[in-house]
Amino acid sequence: MINNKRNFSLNVFERASICRHFENEVYKRIVKKEIEFPVYLSAGQEYAPATIAEIVSIKKIKPLIFGQHRGHSIYLSFGGDINKLIKELKGKKDGCTYGMGGSLSIHSMKINMYGHDGFMGSNACIGTGACFSSKKPTIIFIGDAALEEDYVLASLSWVSKKKLPILFVVDDNNYAVLTKKDERRDWEAKELAKAFKMQSFDMMDDPMKISKYLKKSLFKKPTLVNIHTQRIFWHAGAGKDKENVFDRYLQQKKLLGRKADLLDEKIKKRMKLLWEKN
Amino acid sequence: MGKELRQTIKTITSHHLKKNKSQVFGQNLTGVGWVAGTLPKLFEKDGVIELPMADVAGGGIVTGSALMGKRPIYIIRYQGYNWFNCIFIVNYACKSNAIWKIPCPMMIRGISSEGSIGPVAGSAHISTIYKMPGLKIFSPMTNKEYSNVYKNFMKSKDVFYISEHRSSYSNTREFKNDLTGNKDIILMPISVTRFAAEKAKLILEKKGFSVGIIHLVNLKPFLIKSEWIKAIKKSKFGVLMTDNDYVDGVLRILAHQINEKTNKPVSVLGLDDKTAGHHKKVDNLPPNELKIVERIKIIIKKK
Repeated sequence: MINNKRNFSLNVFERASICRHFENEVYKRIVKKEIEFPVYLSAGQEYAPATIAEIVSIKKIKPLIFGQHRGHSIYLSFGGDINKLIKELKGKKDGCTYGMGGSLSIHSMKINMYGHDGFMGSNACIGTGACFSSKKPTIIFIGDAALEEDYVLASLSWVSKKKLPILFVVDDNNYAVLTKKDERRDWEAKELAKAFKMQSFDMMDDPMKISKYLKKSLFKKPTLVNIHTQRIFWHAGAGKDKENVFDRYLQQKKLLGRKADLLDEKIKKRMKLLWEKN
Repeated sequence: MGKELRQTIKTITSHHLKKNKSQVFGQNLTGVGWVAGTLPKLFEKDGVIELPMADVAGGGIVTGSALMGKRPIYIIRYQGYNWFNCIFIVNYACKSNAIWKIPCPMMIRGISSEGSIGPVAGSAHISTIYKMPGLKIFSPMTNKEYSNVYKNFMKSKDVFYISEHRSSYSNTREFKNDLTGNKDIILMPISVTRFAAEKAKLILEKKGFSVGIIHLVNLKPFLIKSEWIKAIKKSKFGVLMTDNDYVDGVLRILAHQINEKTNKPVSVLGLDDKTAGHHKKVDNLPPNELKIVERIKIIIKKK
């Protein structure tokens, strides 16, 4: 599938870079109180959606996408209109969700991304139903906290029973707001999915690893992938839980060298301009 | 002998599955007499889908189906299960068109029943969801009413909640409103209390009272017709509304609207504000004809 690993990595980097610089611009505007409703920044967690978006793009699959909060990177990675997301965050009627969605409930029919209602993990059931009725390949993004919702467990069970073409992506940043995983449970996502007879993987957000695990079996059988990520900013708003968080984006930038540096600079400028223009 | 309502529901369902390639979701659909004989004996390949025994997830799965334009029918076998089953319906399906401009139409069949089945399975529970925007609620008890609600559903982009009652499934008759002449009082019954209200009307008329009746089917949106307003304004003692839901719910919401439009007193008679037990002695039943007659006598005496 991936003939040129470097090209693949650069393409993923480009998607991640759009997400990263978009979120940096949002961050500035939260600090300046230009955006006053709760915003869930996805900086640090770009690599899961960016990599999966690149994989489905190579495979020429246009899946149904069900995300939840911290979903800017999902929207942007899969090709959602950047201008429309900026306008949405500014509460404009021509935003991607007509000024109704804020940060949490964004959607885009252009990329088959359905909005979220605010109940963590509700997208697991709704995405399952959508996949069952349409038989279309479906990706459901949830967090490690949403995975604990009873109705998410019931959805996994049914997805497995019905052998639906669904990929559950658990964006595991270890936090439920500020409560860490080991304070909440003693099980791991991979084991849970196995108990439901689903194919499951547990990995870091390394794009080559994600690709290695998903490239063969994507949408061929119900799959859950738990991807460990590090959120750079707080649960909501502008601030940091801690300094010196491992940053996959910077690690990949360093690894990919000059081409990545150029992309990073170009996208940073572009994003700044887009925010000023809208 | 006319057609029973259960047959009409079965025919509509069959047509909906075959013609519209739709789906019917619910729990235990194939057991216990195929939902009291209202469901055709079909299976998953035909679109009749047995959901897992996970009520909250079930409502979400049906919402997803509706989002794909399948116009599913969702059977909630006891209305008390609305508490679990309707979370994602009222918070996603009902709001989808307003937030995302994506209609999410589905038809929910919420079944109510009475008598020694306890505090959850017993009675109607539409008051739990009534306030939510984007939801339309109906309570048809006759063949024609049910067919009309289904026809409207097929033209609509909204979520329809059909508040059914097990006792109505054997019903073969149609109801008519009676607003002729000057009435002493007008009954406005909902759901299964419509049968009791008809009986109470006859008892009172034999005693010399002039009793009008307006059968309520369309509960949300609740439109008060001009002829109703006219008749209520002309009545001596106003309105008595009856229902098989708790008294402090939909009944009082609707009563307030009628009172605002007519400036006439509107009394309500529903389930008492108490928890039902399972034994007959501790049950909490909807008003029967005798209870309705008693309440009307009190209203008239007060004046």
